[in-house]
Amino acid sequence: MLSYILKRLAIAIPTLLLLIIISFVLMHSAPGGPFTAERELPPQVLANLNEKYGLSDPLWMQVGNYVWGIVTAFDFGPSFVYKDRTVNEIIAQGFPITLTYGLLSFAIAVLVGVSLGVAAATRHNSPLDYAAVGVSIGAQVLPNFVMAPILVLIFTLWLRWLPGGGWQGPEYWIMPVIALSTSFMASIARITRSSMLEVLTSNHIRTARAKGLPERKVILRHALKPAMLPVISYLGPAFVAMITGSVVVDIYFSTGGIGKAFVDSALNRDYAVMMGVTILVGALTIFFNLVVDILYGWIDPKIRY
Amino acid sequence: MSLLQIDNLSVTFDGEDGPVHAVNDLSLAIDRGETLGIVGESGSGKSQTAFSIMGLLAPNGRTDGSVRFDGQELLGAKPKDLNKIRAKRIAMIFQDPMTSLNPYMRISNQMTEVLTLHQGLSKKEALAESVRMLDAVKIPAAKERVNLFPHEFSGGMRQRVMIAMSLLCQPDLLIADEPTTALDVTVQAQIMDLLGDLQRDFGMATILITHDLGVVAGFCERVLVMYGGRVMEEGPTEPLFAEPTHPYTRGLLAAVPRVDDVDAAMKAIPGNPPNMAAPPEGCPFRPRCGFAGEDCRVMPPLSPFAQGRARACHRPIAEVTA
Repeated sequence: MLSYILKRLAIAIPTLLLLIIISFVLMHSAPGGPFTAERELPPQVLANLNEKYGLSDPLWMQVGNYVWGIVTAFDFGPSFVYKDRTVNEIIAQGFPITLTYGLLSFAIAVLVGVSLGVAAATRHNSPLDYAAVGVSIGAQVLPNFVMAPILVLIFTLWLRWLPGGGWQGPEYWIMPVIALSTSFMASIARITRSSMLEVLTSNHIRTARAKGLPERKVILRHALKPAMLPVISYLGPAFVAMITGSVVVDIYFSTGGIGKAFVDSALNRDYAVMMGVTILVGALTIFFNLVVDILYGWIDPKIRY
Repeated sequence: MSLLQIDNLSVTFDGEDGPVHAVNDLSLAIDRGETLGIVGESGSGKSQTAFSIMGLLAPNGRTDGSVRFDGQELLGAKPKDLNKIRAKRIAMIFQDPMTSLNPYMRISNQMTEVLTLHQGLSKKEALAESVRMLDAVKIPAAKERVNLFPHEFSGGMRQRVMIAMSLLCQPDLLIADEPTTALDVTVQAQIMDLLGDLQRDFGMATILITHDLGVVAGFCERVLVMYGGRVMEEGPTEPLFAEPTHPYTRGLLAAVPRVDDVDAAMKAIPGNPPNMAAPPEGCPFRPRCGFAGEDCRVMPPLSPFAQGRARACHRPIAEVTA
């Protein structure tokens, strides 16, 4: 098991390197640059800027220097646009915010989604089942850029219960979490429901019932674990998507997470910030895919690493 | 009073193309310690009969009639009351030991939960009792292997585990639904020997559901032959096998392949089993029966004709056996 984990972590290194190279090349092959402005800079100034940020070096050298900086000093470079800030600072400022509402959203999406899915499956074809399916389809097709302004309209402008934006305390977390978690919750509910329905028809569930176990125990002890397998493979990428935040949430609720930093960096051609966030998302994705695989092995004893 | 008394049991499934009558008007009784075989081909309703006793029918299944166990009506009983009987007084062994055990749980947990639930044993006592029962079904190194997962056992061993699990509470009635069908022939014989020994030792009544006539002959005191959801013939094993009186039973016995004459063609019953969504009018065997006449469009009642024997056929015995 340990050797498997170490092996997977070792493979992560070339994967990340590949990610860096591809992103770097793609970024630089797009026209324009961080210092492209409406009013063109004098050529001498541009040359000096390019010199200062290393943009006049050949591409392979830039990649090399960049990776060297990360490996030796965990330095993701300075921002090209915000003169006095480094990428590390920008991520260190935004990521805790994103992580807070992301983790909360994840917890709520999993708790509510799984409960709803199990409740619907165990009462198959009942009004509750239809309601759960209806709600989850509705929640899934309602994009969060529609939901966010509706939430603000209702809870801030009409009811005046919640602050419309900012990040100063728990009451500021509520609407971002709702906006971010709803569609994930709906997906989790749908996956849980269909997987649970399938598990409930399997022979070992019939055996569990023949043992005289109360239905609650049949579900919790015998059916839930296998029913979670497809949910877990969805949760890995979903978790990363949630904790790396959402542009929509950051923009509508002015939360200041890295979702907005990522989009701003793309619009400003802030190469360093763009790379920093890309690497963060890439590393998290690799890590949580590993977590998913470990969880699989924990649930299904037939899987051995 | 019989231990289990089934009267006029019918099982119907609501299918998309209308109702499917899996079991029709079935009655049977079994006494304490008795062994009863239910024989029939796939779709004859034998497994559904067993499931309706245990209340394990699929959600779209409906039952009619009466199933009384030790005087208590089981059809329509509350799940809470059924759960007091399941495993504790009526236990069941299923056809496919590969999938009937929970692949995600250790054998120890699957077995001990029965004892902690029904007998209030502590985890430790339950584990000791489970190991003892695994010993009884001749699983070597039971003490160590109780902690394994089902996939770490062979098919025959899994069925032994299943049998051990079903006997944990020493039930009054054991229902074995095709316990050897999924196993290879040598293992089949071992499992049937084991079941025979355990039945003698524990003295529980046993219903053995199978399509294998050889298994029934070796195990059961009494046999019920089912076809198309109905009982065709019933009686003590020996006379029934020696002199079957129903055309279906005769066909079934004639179809058993003979090892002493390998060149002989198998005497299969012509035709196919009935489609239970649109069963034939009257006797379900009518379309395949060499003796069928117009009167067979009305289902004959199951009528007794000798000590403990009964048949459901309009033709006189002499004509069928001639």
